[in-house]
Amino acid sequence: MSLTPTDIEKIAHLARLQIEEADIPNYSRDLSNIIDLVDQMDAVDTSGVTPMAHPQDAVQRLRDDVVSEENQRDTFQSIAPATEDGLYLVPKVIE
Amino acid sequence: MHNKTLAELAQGLQQGDFSSVELTQHFIDRIDTLDKTYNSFVTVTSEQALQQAKQADEQRATGNAQTLTGIPIAQKDIFCTKGVRTSCGSKMLDNFIAPYDANVVEKCNAAGAVLLGKTNMDEFAMGSSNETSFYGPVKNPWDTNAVPGGSSGGSAAAVAARLTPVATATDTGGSIRQPASLCGVTGLKPTYGRVSRFGMIAFASSLDQGGPITRTAEDAAIMLNVMAGFDERDSTSINKDVPDYTAALNDDISGLKIGLPKEYFGEGLDTEVGKAIEAAIKEYETLGAEVKEITLPNSHLAVPTYYVVAPAECSSNLSRFDGVRFGHRCDDPQDLEDLYKRSRGEGFGAEVKRRIMIGTYALSAGYYDAYYLKAQQIRHLISDDFHQAFNDVDVIMGPTSPTTAFGIGEKTDDPVTMYLSDIYTIAVNLAGLPGMSIPAGFAQNKPVGLHLITPAFTEAKLLNIAHRFQQASDWHNQAPADIA
Repeated sequence: MSLTPTDIEKIAHLARLQIEEADIPNYSRDLSNIIDLVDQMDAVDTSGVTPMAHPQDAVQRLRDDVVSEENQRDTFQSIAPATEDGLYLVPKVIE
Repeated sequence: MHNKTLAELAQGLQQGDFSSVELTQHFIDRIDTLDKTYNSFVTVTSEQALQQAKQADEQRATGNAQTLTGIPIAQKDIFCTKGVRTSCGSKMLDNFIAPYDANVVEKCNAAGAVLLGKTNMDEFAMGSSNETSFYGPVKNPWDTNAVPGGSSGGSAAAVAARLTPVATATDTGGSIRQPASLCGVTGLKPTYGRVSRFGMIAFASSLDQGGPITRTAEDAAIMLNVMAGFDERDSTSINKDVPDYTAALNDDISGLKIGLPKEYFGEGLDTEVGKAIEAAIKEYETLGAEVKEITLPNSHLAVPTYYVVAPAECSSNLSRFDGVRFGHRCDDPQDLEDLYKRSRGEGFGAEVKRRIMIGTYALSAGYYDAYYLKAQQIRHLISDDFHQAFNDVDVIMGPTSPTTAFGIGEKTDDPVTMYLSDIYTIAVNLAGLPGMSIPAGFAQNKPVGLHLITPAFTEAKLLNIAHRFQQASDWHNQAPADIA
């Protein structure tokens, strides 16, 4: 299975990753090789096999729906690239 | 002092042979002079360390010493350390000062440890050679032209070079055991869920597990006593009592049943590495163990399965790095999409981008069943192989890595060849089992690691098996030639 340069551009867009035009052939080659490796799975008949999500077959632990964390907005925003009035700043989204 | 083990240093502090300030200063001096060569630390916290050491000495004077009081340690730079840069080996987090401590860091602090600094690693723990780090490759203390392994290459090299008595590390597909093997030190990956993942920057959440890199199994037991335990803040942490892992270290192992998977001794294994492993197994036989050939028939599927599960989970986990709340942000974003794309494009290195893209592809519409679901099914088959094997044997042994440390730059052009360096370790993560690598000889004058695997939550037995070998052998006491 090979991933074409067009596939690579589409995947990079889905992942919101900017990649350089010049690097696309390398990504195309490397990712195709990785997919070839992964495709060895196809040879195995897995019908009826339960998918394994947790090695100890544990299920998601639930807790009571109560406040357990204190507000640390200032602490967390002190390491943010851009904030104002306690809000994170991003480029304008709505015209 | 630097040639002493953690256990010996703790005793020395207790007896007053030296103070924690003296000990800490000694390791800081070593890092200052020697780490220019190895590059095993990303950040050295000298001032803070000496402060902590002073407090440790005061605490000891009042008779309140804990397990690690005054012992200098290094934390892999994947563990969040409050007030100290936590880079995860990435440009993305080059400016990230963690606002809280990881559970492992909290536990080490509570036990009295002194933080020497943060160790170098492959970017976001994605790599097997430490060459994907934003901070440059780490050099193997046994051969500075060779890699230390990865992703915990900095932790393994720092312990091998006696720049720290012990270091923390993490293992998603072999990242504790493979570098331990390549650097001639002891590495323990606990059972999945044994050590909390809280504050340990996530790579592949169903596989990631923290553990120690040390010189001896005894030291690993002491560290696991500190690091293990249930944590509510990690949703996959297992609520199970933590035994005293040092208690059974000296138990007799006669009658121990060792399984040797025939799949781990076939094509691709370096002949000299194979010979060293055979000699180590012979040593176990003289200790009274019985050896039996076993089969793990789905072994060849571990690497393909891993390269779906790990990238899929990584693509999801790393979506949090968006240039908005913390980490790298591009200059002058034109719009939100540009902000995301350029911040991520500039912040991540090539291997991280490859894995995010593989994961994105595997999880994209129409491919989920063919990739992620299929991989999770095969994961079950791989896990079943181990369960089957443990009906007949107590421990599975083999080489940790198919070769000794390879040359810097040797495998960087071909990701798939690099991935095969973890061919024996990856299945253990997929099955969530505990595994260790212990020094077991040399090939091409470089260390060889023996890989030990036991059933889930039997770390005490695993450490016992490793400790008995170290009582009967001297490989773990060998130091690189440049290390006096």
